[in-house]
Amino acid sequence: MSSTLTATFPASPDPAARALTRKCDTTGLNVCLEAERFIKFNAVSAVVFLLIGGIAALLLALTRWQAVHLLRVDWFYRILTLHGLNMLIFWILFFEVAVLYFACTTPLNARLFSAKVAWAGFAQMVTGALMVNYIILKGQADVLMTSYLPLLAHPLFYLGIILVATGTLTGVFNFFATLYVARRDRTYEGSVPLVTFGATAAAIIAVVTLLHGAIVMIPTFTFSMGWTAQPDPMWYRMIWWGLGHQSQQVNVCAMVAVWYLIAQLATGARPINETVCRTAFLLYVLFINIASAHHLLVDPAVGATWKIWNTSYAMYLAVLASMIHGFTVPASVELAMREKGHTKGLFGWVVALPWRNPAFAGAVLSVLIFGFIGGITGVTLGTQQINIIAHNTLRITGHFHATVVGGTSLAFMALAYYVIPLIFRRDFIWRPAARIQPWLFGGGILLVSLGMSFAGSMGVPRRIYDIDQSGAFGAAAHLMLGVMGLGALAAVAGLLLFVLLCVGTILAGERNEGRPMADWGVASTLAGAREGSLADDHWAVKGTVALTAVFLVCFAVYYFANWKALADVWPVR
Amino acid sequence: MNHQTKEPLLKRVLDNPWLLLVLGVLIPFLSYTAWGWIELVLVQPAALP
Repeated sequence: MSSTLTATFPASPDPAARALTRKCDTTGLNVCLEAERFIKFNAVSAVVFLLIGGIAALLLALTRWQAVHLLRVDWFYRILTLHGLNMLIFWILFFEVAVLYFACTTPLNARLFSAKVAWAGFAQMVTGALMVNYIILKGQADVLMTSYLPLLAHPLFYLGIILVATGTLTGVFNFFATLYVARRDRTYEGSVPLVTFGATAAAIIAVVTLLHGAIVMIPTFTFSMGWTAQPDPMWYRMIWWGLGHQSQQVNVCAMVAVWYLIAQLATGARPINETVCRTAFLLYVLFINIASAHHLLVDPAVGATWKIWNTSYAMYLAVLASMIHGFTVPASVELAMREKGHTKGLFGWVVALPWRNPAFAGAVLSVLIFGFIGGITGVTLGTQQINIIAHNTLRITGHFHATVVGGTSLAFMALAYYVIPLIFRRDFIWRPAARIQPWLFGGGILLVSLGMSFAGSMGVPRRIYDIDQSGAFGAAAHLMLGVMGLGALAAVAGLLLFVLLCVGTILAGERNEGRPMADWGVASTLAGAREGSLADDHWAVKGTVALTAVFLVCFAVYYFANWKALADVWPVR
Repeated sequence: MNHQTKEPLLKRVLDNPWLLLVLGVLIPFLSYTAWGWIELVLVQPAALP
């Protein structure tokens, strides 16, 4: 099979095709100029919506931090709606379309199927996102991201979301059409590279997601216009989570593809077993979408069999996929490092990793936060019985800030440290600040997640403006909300630094056309080292095996502690 | 005579994005959406006290 980043190319493209591409001065790969343009448009839009969502995050954290309690009640729910949509939908979907356009062109030596289709998708997405943000800030859509019926927003809110969904679907169509044309024209031989395969898995999940979005949003829009009757609220919740949760599974696939890509760029790591990695992506494609049922675990209209099948038995196949990736990514890095000569002890290779490379540091933090915090809490909270003591508490919010923010957003930020120099062809400004940024953002979001999780463990609810009204929460809960607030300050500082670095680089970074991008740092190779020297050594990744054992112990302790907490709800004396 | 070795089934599945697309849409639709929808349809209206 091919490598993570590149396929096998049968021959150089014809002269007409070459005129529409450029050769990357760093990687030597052909870059489709049309795809490059839309990667830029989508990436810049993504960062703009990230900034809006980040400012909203700061305002929300300073309100849920009860000692500060910044916003008025109406503005709290308005900003919460704004935060959810910009962070979970707009920032992520725009960046994912950029990733899709890269993954279907450069690694396959192919050209984008259609610039007109790309324009059509992009225009719909931008129009829709602007409509949604406008109507939220106008105060006519205080319905939170979920917009559960019978809450009703202005029709522009639903129409905007429909446009974002159809625009993304148009981009996904362009991705699949490019894959088809590349295969038909034999721009590559054999299997697609792993990064393209991961992006394909993300695109398939996006199709399911966006179809659910259309099924639920179109009748809700027509209801908001007064044209049709109100859809059933329970039906709305079920179909809406086919959009809301599954859109985060698109992130997971794209994030894992980014992990493999950065591992190769920074350390030369190649997947230790391509078939296993691809099979893990297949498990995502088949089983990860049904995890949407987590959100309905306390809804009375669906039965226990449906809930348990969709959140446990079948879902665990997708969890298995995450654990495979969580093993193979660090294992491939360890193997590459040991083959470079860093063989000292169990973890000597860890010390020699290129920690000063912000893309690599961001990817490592993404793996750790996603796996140890997001993954463990997700599987535990998704267990039907345990969910009853956690549903609608801040524990849920703590979980998904570890997966979506600490995992996906951090991985996408990490990728930007390569995307901007390679696609915008400008070297980053303030490189020392860039080296700090992933740690500031990752450390902050870790505190946010832990603060929320512990506060939620004490029963603090999510989506509530003022917990003091109940008089039920003591100093410990307030302390944890303070931890969350301090973490949010650090995370938003990291986010603003990231935006500043990106915008500053695009506007004023030194051009690197005609030369390789400024090196962030890669793993060093010691004298006498030889690539492939450990290919047959089954114990070459013993450091990763030890780390995996630590992970499994943490998983077991957390899981059984929660069963204990559940048992304590009805003590038998 | 053609002596080409047939590729393993799993590799052929993994290399076929269209098959993956069909399976990726069908399985969650049946397991989550269709089954869940049927459960909702079968809910009896509650009797007023």
